[in-house]
Amino acid sequence: MTVGSRTLVLATIPERHRVTSRRRVVERLIVSLLALATLASVALLLIILGYVVAQGLPAINVDFFTQRPRPVGEVGGGVQPALVGTLVLAAVSGVIAIPVGIAAAIFVVEYRTGRFATPVRFAAELIAGLPSIVIGVFVWAFLVRGLIGHFAALAGAVSLAVIMVPIVARTVEEVLRLVPNSLREAALALGAPRWKVIMRVVLPTARAGVITAAVLALARSAGETAPLLLTALGNDFFSTDLLRPIGALPLQIYRYAVSPYDDWHTKAWGASLVLVLVIGAIGLLLRVVARQRVN
Amino acid sequence: MLVPLTLAAIALLIVIDSWPSLSRFGLSYFTTSVWDPVHLVFGAAAYVYGTIVTTLVAVVLATPVALGASIFLTEFAPRRIRGPVAYLIEILAYIPSIVYGLWAIFVMVPVMRDRVEPALQGSLGKVPVIGQLFSGTPVGLDLLSGGVVLAIMILPILTAVSREVLLAVPPTQREAMIGLGATRWEAVSLAVLPYARPGIIGGIVLGVARAFGETMAVTMVVGNSSRDISGSLFVPGYTMASAIANQFVEADSELYFSAIVEVALLLLLVAIVVNTIARYLIRRSIADRPQGAVV
Repeated sequence: MTVGSRTLVLATIPERHRVTSRRRVVERLIVSLLALATLASVALLLIILGYVVAQGLPAINVDFFTQRPRPVGEVGGGVQPALVGTLVLAAVSGVIAIPVGIAAAIFVVEYRTGRFATPVRFAAELIAGLPSIVIGVFVWAFLVRGLIGHFAALAGAVSLAVIMVPIVARTVEEVLRLVPNSLREAALALGAPRWKVIMRVVLPTARAGVITAAVLALARSAGETAPLLLTALGNDFFSTDLLRPIGALPLQIYRYAVSPYDDWHTKAWGASLVLVLVIGAIGLLLRVVARQRVN
Repeated sequence: MLVPLTLAAIALLIVIDSWPSLSRFGLSYFTTSVWDPVHLVFGAAAYVYGTIVTTLVAVVLATPVALGASIFLTEFAPRRIRGPVAYLIEILAYIPSIVYGLWAIFVMVPVMRDRVEPALQGSLGKVPVIGQLFSGTPVGLDLLSGGVVLAIMILPILTAVSREVLLAVPPTQREAMIGLGATRWEAVSLAVLPYARPGIIGGIVLGVARAFGETMAVTMVVGNSSRDISGSLFVPGYTMASAIANQFVEADSELYFSAIVEVALLLLLVAIVVNTIARYLIRRSIADRPQGAVV
């Protein structure tokens, strides 16, 4: 475009609609502010993770993973009971939550015309929105005071399971919707009953996604603290007994963080580092798996 | 079928357990702030106040940053960095609450106490009316710190939802404005943001839902001591969730216990209402897209 025609075009646009220098300055200013907001968010992440790594690394050694906590004043010891407790809680809550979550998703997707599909989905969403401490109060009333009678690992696992079910259900639901209907129709046309279609055709097709859902829920629940405070209570001794109190990394971090001892603070950072690494590793794994599925 | 039953069981048990307090104190439970386990008089107004104040602080601080970041990441950032940076911000959501709490106690609170709060007092503290908010001794462990931690914690969900909603705005909205000679910011502010408004508001409401139920990180920095309501942000306070976490296990009489469970009941009701509103608003904005994993 030549200079002449540009002037001509500009002349036809009213003054206030031209890209004047003032409008250009406003544009630049706002875009820099937006970039600053983005930068600040990322910086927060780096600062927090940076502290966890820098403060946590000195606490990490072999004893940290293999020893039980020592009394105040004695140096050394580790968080082994809490580590084992977290694994036990994850295993038990997974065994409870994953089948229930998958079943709920099947209900919602495969039997969507049924009378119960909508209430199941709605209830799952509401539970997902509940503060975890409320779930802790519920499990306390139901198990700790009710069926079991005292603080117990099982109660902790159930509270985690209640948190996990909606996560599993929603993620599996999305995966099930991706299974092509033609597969279902083909199996049904061969005379297979509904349940057989789901077990033999739909679930195997969606297997990768179902596994993703389970792992995602486990990663989420691994960092939960509030409900465990009211149910699993914590335990400084090695224990895998489901009917006795059990330790967990988040509980250990809490206890150490609010204590007045420097050595315990270091251990709290160390335990945080372990927790973040575990969750991070799971997240990375999920991302890789998800990418492979897309390809 | 287990899922709706669980929800019903949660609601039922919590109502039953809070009944003694409900029937004894009635409305005065919400209007008085006397919380006296010795004389068995309970009013939760201070907890409700603490929750509202910290949540407000969190939303006021987090919304501009999250909105700025999501606008930058959908409209202005170089295409190649959009996905990765959004993912980085999302990672903030996977850091366990207890790790935020640990970081807040040892890193954020000293900075708040020594730098931020005196600075606020020196500048805004002299302004009439608003100055009231910043009166008193800066202690670090107070409502303001609780709000700031919450702001960091709800940042990822706010960003993710706003981003999702902005991505769902049809490109024709932008193209039409740019075709009319608007700069890109003008296109965003005049054609994209109004279109996305319900969804963004939904995201904020979802952030509110996260913030008021959040327990551990807030409990660790909010102070947990004062029971009086004063106009200042520089006073230690309680939120509903932190009150449950701190006092649940030590409740030694039936009425005391039931008063705490009533706090949980209140949290439960608010969670259900707020989440339902948020989901409705977000759905309306992302009508025919599948629900993202974060929502």
